[in-house]
Amino acid sequence: MISSVFIAVACLIGLGFCALVFKRNLIKIAMAIVVMGSAANLFLVSLGYRENAIAPIFTSAPELWMVLPTPQSLTLTSIVISLAVSALMLSFAIIIYRQYGSLDSGKRRLSE
Amino acid sequence: MSFEDQGLSFIVKNIACVLAVPVTIFGLYIILHGHLTPGGGFPGGAVMATVAALFAVAFGKGIFGRAMRRDFLLMLESIGLGAFALLAFLGLGSTFFRNWLLGTGLFFGNAVPFGANPGFLGTAGVIPLMNIAVGLEVFAALSMVVVLIFSSEAKK
Amino acid sequence: MRGKFAAEAGEKVAVEGNERNGRLARVAVLASFCAFILLAMISVHEAGYPDAAQMDDYFIENGQVETGSNNIVAAVTFDYRGFDTLGEASVLFAAATGVFIAMGGLKK
Repeated sequence: MISSVFIAVACLIGLGFCALVFKRNLIKIAMAIVVMGSAANLFLVSLGYRENAIAPIFTSAPELWMVLPTPQSLTLTSIVISLAVSALMLSFAIIIYRQYGSLDSGKRRLSE
Repeated sequence: MSFEDQGLSFIVKNIACVLAVPVTIFGLYIILHGHLTPGGGFPGGAVMATVAALFAVAFGKGIFGRAMRRDFLLMLESIGLGAFALLAFLGLGSTFFRNWLLGTGLFFGNAVPFGANPGFLGTAGVIPLMNIAVGLEVFAALSMVVVLIFSSEAKK
Repeated sequence: MRGKFAAEAGEKVAVEGNERNGRLARVAVLASFCAFILLAMISVHEAGYPDAAQMDDYFIENGQVETGSNNIVAAVTFDYRGFDTLGEASVLFAAATGVFIAMGGLKK
């Protein structure tokens, strides 16, 4: 059967996609993108797991059977990048609110 | 007299100033021991950037916009990224990104015996210097984002 | 100078989020996406027993001698895969500069 971590990843991606498609508020859409990015990070870390292994650090290590270190390094990069992208998206939402007075993505706007 | 102009009460301001010191020291500990314990430059820089958010909540918009200067944080961020690229280019004798401090007897240059050991701080070559550079850059970038979004004014 | 909304100028307002007009298409997209994700989760290897671990076994065996650090994740991030970290520091710098420009920059 599928492991519970992969079921959690699938639920998180599904919830993020639901909010991305069905919601109209710009901040909710930005938060949905952040949730989908966090689900991708969880998937990346859980791919390198070995059964009954410790973290790949040799300082006072009780045994030498370790998990894979490469997915953890890539996830470190991915977390920082998703944080930077979310900061940029939210600052654009602030600019849109100041210019047009509303955060509704369903209303069409004319430029003056 | 709103929250944005005056900040919170006098007790909160004092405790924020007192708490900023242990949080910064803990962030520096995570950055400096990046080659021995879990962590490194990126989580350490993020921990140090929570001081900016703490000051933003406690002091309000007026003083906070003037105290943490944006040009100073921009300079720190550029120094961090420039130091990281410089350390990568200094190993260009044999390869880009070579660990050029490993065999020599300078401060970070000792070798590590194989297997589990209690960590020694003077090992791992150029990795602690790269951790410090990246930690400085992440701290400056995240603090600058917090300062800019919190204290930005609408154009009239 | 604020822009005008299309409704105020007299035109027809665009489709709402949960009304009947575009809802069937959105539900169809959501259902196909969920089916794709479930199919992907089934075909991933069993959790706990990765099958392509030769590179990481080399990193665990020789990482301590070649780089001299106890933390293999830091050795992979800054020594074996340092180029990815350089790209990521540049992306963080570019995003911070983007927020700097968007929020007014160095004005008093």
